[in-house]
Amino acid sequence: MIEVENLSKTFNGIKAIDGVTFRVDKGEILGFLGPNGAGKTTTMRIVTGYMPATGGSARVAGFDVYEQSLEARRRIGYLPENPPLYHEMTVRSYLRFVSKIKGVGAKQREPGVDDVIEKCRLQDVAHRIIAKLSKGYKQRVGLAQALLGDPEVLVLDEPTIGLDPKQINDVRQLIKGLAGSHTVVLSTHILPEVSMTCNRVVIIDRGKIIAVDTPENLTSKLRGAERIYLEAAGAAEALQKALEGVPGVSKVLAEGQTGEVSRFHVESQLNQDIRRDLASAVVRGGFGLLEMRTVTMSLEEVFIKLVTSEDHSGVQAA
Amino acid sequence: MKNILAIFGRDFKSYFYSPIAYVVLTIFVLLAGLFYSNIFTAIVESAMMQGMRSQQYGQPAQPIDVPGMVARNFFGTLSVILLFMIPMITMGLFSEERKRGTIELLLTVPLTNIQVVLGKFFAGLTFFCCMLGLSFLLMGTLFYFSTPSLGPIFSGYLGLLLYGASLVALGMFVSTLTENQIIAAVLGFGMILVLWIVDAFAGSTGTVMQQIVSYLSVIQHLEDFIKGVVDTPGVIFYISLTVFGILLTYRSVESYRWRG
Ligand SMILES: Nc1ncnc2c1ncn2[C@@H]1O[C@H](COP(=O)(O)OP(=O)(O)O)[C@@H](O)[C@H]1O
Ligand SMILES: [Mg+2]
Repeated sequence: MIEVENLSKTFNGIKAIDGVTFRVDKGEILGFLGPNGAGKTTTMRIVTGYMPATGGSARVAGFDVYEQSLEARRRIGYLPENPPLYHEMTVRSYLRFVSKIKGVGAKQREPGVDDVIEKCRLQDVAHRIIAKLSKGYKQRVGLAQALLGDPEVLVLDEPTIGLDPKQINDVRQLIKGLAGSHTVVLSTHILPEVSMTCNRVVIIDRGKIIAVDTPENLTSKLRGAERIYLEAAGAAEALQKALEGVPGVSKVLAEGQTGEVSRFHVESQLNQDIRRDLASAVVRGGFGLLEMRTVTMSLEEVFIKLVTSEDHSGVQAA
Repeated sequence: MKNILAIFGRDFKSYFYSPIAYVVLTIFVLLAGLFYSNIFTAIVESAMMQGMRSQQYGQPAQPIDVPGMVARNFFGTLSVILLFMIPMITMGLFSEERKRGTIELLLTVPLTNIQVVLGKFFAGLTFFCCMLGLSFLLMGTLFYFSTPSLGPIFSGYLGLLLYGASLVALGMFVSTLTENQIIAAVLGFGMILVLWIVDAFAGSTGTVMQQIVSYLSVIQHLEDFIKGVVDTPGVIFYISLTVFGILLTYRSVESYRWRG
């Protein structure tokens, strides 16, 4: 549905994005993840036809966003980073206006507006002036605006930014509900967001894509090591020695002890299941195994690892 | 066409959501009213003086076209007042869209840039026409007291409309240059000041240079219209200036896409 190829954009000689390539299939939710200034907004602005690329191409539903801009734009609903709201209008009159400029026919306009008002749960504020709404409501009006005209593709730039946790949850549920019928690209610099809403994640940093994968795979595969949490009874130092002696273990971190119970984080090498060996080593050493579980690295940690590593060669776009 | 109307409708209505429209209209009515009553009294007085003098000396009274003179003077004054009101009409057209980020909406929906520009131009022009309409309430009193000849009044309004259209187009262009409404207004006044100075230069036509400058003066062309002459060079001048302003705006909006 969206094909971005080797896209680059230069502002006054500075590369905002450089050779960005990815694709999004129909019905998929793709997360665009990266720190501030990574190039997320720039990429989205090019895909939505707001600005042309310096190099490369982007196609939406088969239409080139530059050459066949109007056709592409007809199929995109876009929520810019700052919701584009006319503050003096009421929610309903604003949505009517957006329907008009999106070319929604006169007959479908009112039902369409009612529909997005319901989807975004704006019934209570439909007749209020936008300026008077809370941040959360404004964001939802922005989202409602993007949904008008029922576009096949939704491009949402940081849809949950500045919202409180409850509002964030609402918006995420809403976005999840759109999957299947819509193709969604959303950007965020908040990591749990992608693992909660997206099927696939593109990680971008300093204008370059450094990884594309499912959130689950990213957390396990890209991490380079599994981490196991282990609690056992016995002398801490002897325990640590025993754990370090298990083949496949790369690192043992003591996490402290209470009484005779010691806690450890054990890191293993890539794709090795060491739990069995760990358990038998503990038991063989005469210690009492109290607890053992796999700790999946949070996306946050994966991310930090990815963007702080000087060499991205270990991480290839999947 | 539908798209232009959509933009036009929202922009025109938005004038009345903000206090600016009311302030502009009030200032305009006050200024126009003040000048109108001054002009009116001065001309009626001088006409009466002249009438009395001619009676004293026993000469036949010279016929004086009082309503015509009032109209001519008033048109001249209006052109100056309007020159200073127009930047206030046009300052927000694009600068507000940029400031609030709504330009990103306008440029990513299936609208062409020229549709956006024309919708906004007509919104500004229509608001300008509201001002002209208000001035007609004053001018209309002439019809109450007398029967002024319609020709010069018609051509005067036509002239002001063309003149207004060109200034709205130029003011709209200026509003694309900044995100700040106030700066847009100040730039607009600056532009007008330049036109003003050009006009002062054109005061006495002598050299070729002065003739060129005179041709470029926005006010100079109005004079024929006010005298009751619809002259083709004037019409062409204002229409080309309007088209020029619209094209500049179009180019400028196009360049947002490149600058982001
Ligand atoms: N209009 C612009 N002019 C100049 N530089 C820009 C412009 N837009 C973005 N940039 C630069 O491009 C880089 C990427 O920005 P952006 O796409 O907004 O990142 P993100 O959305 O991921 O935070 C930043 O370094 C930013 O300063
Ligand atoms: Mg951004």
